[in-house]
Amino acid sequence: MSARAHPVGEVVLSVENVSLSFGGVKALQGITFDVREHEVRAIIGPNGAGKSSMLNVINGVYHPQQGTIKLRGREFHDMNSHEAAKMGIARTFQNIALFKGMSVLDNIMTGRNLKMRCNFLQQALWIGPARREEMAHRRAVEEVIDFMEIQHIRKTPVGKLAYGLQKRVELARALAAEPTLLLLDEPMAGMNLEEKQDMCRFVLDVNDHFGTTIVLIEHDMGVVMDISDRVVVLDYGKKIGDGTPDQIRTNQAVIDAYLGVAH
Amino acid sequence: MSAGLSALDTFPKLLLQHAKVRADLPAMREKHLGIWQTWTWKEVADEVRALACGLAAAGFKRGEHLAIVGDNRPRLYAAMCAAQCLGGIPVPMYQDAVAAEMAFPIQNAEIAFAVAEDQEQVDKLLEILPNCPALKRIYYDDPRGMRHYAQPQLTAYDKLLEEGREALRRDPAFLEAEIAKGSGADTAAMFFTSGTTGSPKGVVLTHHALIDRASAAAELEGLNERDVVLAYLPPAWIGQNVFSYAQPFVTGYCICCPESAETMMTDMREIGPTYYFAPPRVLEALLTQVSIRMEDAGALKRTLYRYFMDLAQRVGGAILEGRPAGFANWLLYRLGDLCVYGPLRNVLGMSRVRLAYTAGEAIGPDLFRFYRSIGINLKQLYGSTETSVFVCIQPNGQVKADTVGPAVRGVELKFTPQRELLIRSPGLFKEYYKNPQATIEAKDAEGWFHTGDAGYVGEDGHLRIIDRVKDVGKLIDATLFAPKYIENKLKFFPYVNEAVVFGDGRDRVCAFVNIDAEAVGNWAEKKNLSYSGYTDLASRDEVYALVRECVEKMNADLALEPELANSQIHRFLILHKMLDADDGELTRTRKVRRGAIAEKYHELVAALYDGRQTVHIEAQVKYEDGRIGTLSADLKVRDAQTFGAAQVQKAA
Repeated sequence: MSARAHPVGEVVLSVENVSLSFGGVKALQGITFDVREHEVRAIIGPNGAGKSSMLNVINGVYHPQQGTIKLRGREFHDMNSHEAAKMGIARTFQNIALFKGMSVLDNIMTGRNLKMRCNFLQQALWIGPARREEMAHRRAVEEVIDFMEIQHIRKTPVGKLAYGLQKRVELARALAAEPTLLLLDEPMAGMNLEEKQDMCRFVLDVNDHFGTTIVLIEHDMGVVMDISDRVVVLDYGKKIGDGTPDQIRTNQAVIDAYLGVAH
Repeated sequence: MSAGLSALDTFPKLLLQHAKVRADLPAMREKHLGIWQTWTWKEVADEVRALACGLAAAGFKRGEHLAIVGDNRPRLYAAMCAAQCLGGIPVPMYQDAVAAEMAFPIQNAEIAFAVAEDQEQVDKLLEILPNCPALKRIYYDDPRGMRHYAQPQLTAYDKLLEEGREALRRDPAFLEAEIAKGSGADTAAMFFTSGTTGSPKGVVLTHHALIDRASAAAELEGLNERDVVLAYLPPAWIGQNVFSYAQPFVTGYCICCPESAETMMTDMREIGPTYYFAPPRVLEALLTQVSIRMEDAGALKRTLYRYFMDLAQRVGGAILEGRPAGFANWLLYRLGDLCVYGPLRNVLGMSRVRLAYTAGEAIGPDLFRFYRSIGINLKQLYGSTETSVFVCIQPNGQVKADTVGPAVRGVELKFTPQRELLIRSPGLFKEYYKNPQATIEAKDAEGWFHTGDAGYVGEDGHLRIIDRVKDVGKLIDATLFAPKYIENKLKFFPYVNEAVVFGDGRDRVCAFVNIDAEAVGNWAEKKNLSYSGYTDLASRDEVYALVRECVEKMNADLALEPELANSQIHRFLILHKMLDADDGELTRTRKVRRGAIAEKYHELVAALYDGRQTVHIEAQVKYEDGRIGTLSADLKVRDAQTFGAAQVQKAA
């Protein structure tokens, strides 16, 4: 492959010594890792390892008891989701979180919410600025639809779509927010081989085309090793590995965690 | 043609004329980012001029071929015309062809320049590049995903356009002169025919041939600049190319390119074409969709639909043709139009269709009548790549389910003693490219084109196609045996998916039948007939009775056709499995390979003729993952009643 349009750059997000517990359950224990600009960073680990919790900490759904998160030089003890979105973080969810009764177009439009400037009254009356604004947003949404190749379902209610397509729509909605950092929670779960291949292509295209930094959780090892620049491995809330796919493949602790060892 | 028109003897000249007389009318529309974007005739002409200059600057010479690979896109059509401006020959190629299939045309025509739609098509061209050393320039329209491509052959379409604009500014007279050099006798385009045997053949068509046929049909139907067409079939197929390139260039109507193949139906509803073309399989798929949705509708809607569709079956055709149908019926039909037919046409995107054609294969009479009965002027035509499409068209008011209409202006028809149809027409092809042998075989010294189709012209002057000549045989009593004609007749029953008939050199006709799993499955469900799978369903006596009804209905029909009365089916069996291309029983385009089937199932054929009531079969099947298994079954053979063939024959 020829040189990347957006070479991997400085650290944009660093998680330092983060711990999170729910009552007696220690979901995350002293996790430290960083994400560099324009890279594809994977978080892997067996079930219950704390992967989704980690993502939820990064975009402010959970508030860790300990540790700091540094995003573009700003230090937070905990994030708040609204703040995270404003700072360019968008995400998709493990269990699709779309508005089932709304059309694909409207769902993606909600991704533009933070970028709308007109007030409620202007929008309700559909006067000059609101109208111009909506047209500009519609164009942006159409570009995302084109990018994700979902023109044929533009006006279909999301609830009627097949699972794989819903996943694609969810990614489209995240893209509509023009994020600089995209968090993907198992974007390929429950997909067949062809859908997975398509999704991989989309993830790589997003990274290549927009230069978006991507953090993803994924179970499919083949996928992770193929598309990630660096991988962090969690097990029982602890970090047990961190490095390039090749390093992870030969990491004994990781192999043990996945295959199990006699205790 | 008037003197003024005859000067417009090439497509580029026609384009310049449109750019003058209807500069601001829409020539093409394309949906981009969800919004229909319009190109006026002037804009198209400007684009074509710049492109042509760009190609010339890149070294594209008169007489050279330009490969066009992609879907219906305004820019690809512009590229076709740009090549023609320079006296070049566009060669449209199927966008869904695999790379290996593209190699032959490119090598055959020593193509050096290609215009591709997107990354997918570029990838295919790059794949065959080592085998096609002559190919030196590939222009791509959609830059998406092309960033990492460093091959020296690649150039963006936009860049070509920019260079062309620059060249045009420097020397505006060059192109005018190039266009003026063109004449009607020049080759306009080359289309590769699929070629069921051997390599594909490049059919060379002149400007004169295409323009003459396009305008003959346009005059007959009164097509004009207000018409709108949706371009949705592959542009490499002559049919689509004539409807979306030759005819708009002749009449000035507007073509619309859908966003993608999947959005075709939505796009059609939005655009509302007035002129529509669809092969029978597309029409059938649409009707199936409608039927399934009606099955799921509420009781009131279902009753209304059934009532008015019955009415339409009885009087719709007559009303469409302006024949008397009775005032009460007329009034009821108007009411039906309000509640059922109008909305239905709207759902199908056919509200504004005033002219629709179907061609390519035989269409079932029920399917054909359905569209006509709801007020869509669907007609049949006959033609092929070699004839620039239009040979026969059914004129308004003379539409029949079983003919393809009388000859269009300028066409002469003739038959050989073997009933092969010969055609002489101004629209005939010049030759097969670099294949004089095939040219001589297809086109004789007097200019007759041998179609390979067997048919006859009835007393009404309409042409009827029966079969391919090579498939037509004789029964032992020397009467005509046309297997495909009978198979098609049988396939028009919804319960019959496929049929294979035997009879050449035998005393009577017998058949294999494949039932339609969905239709018969549905029927069985309603009858509370439980079954475990296709093989089980196909062996039920109830299903045999059902199929026998179909066969007997068809026999009764055949008895009325003196030529074919002896071809009534005497015995049949229902095959235990669907015929499949993977098992070598069908071609990839789903045509029955009669010879291969007869050989593979010779035991079954023998049983059809020796009077056995059951026959045991063990057959190998290939699964999609490549595994091979065996199916064994006991098949029943049943007799079907035949009707008064002897008397009818005497009467004839």
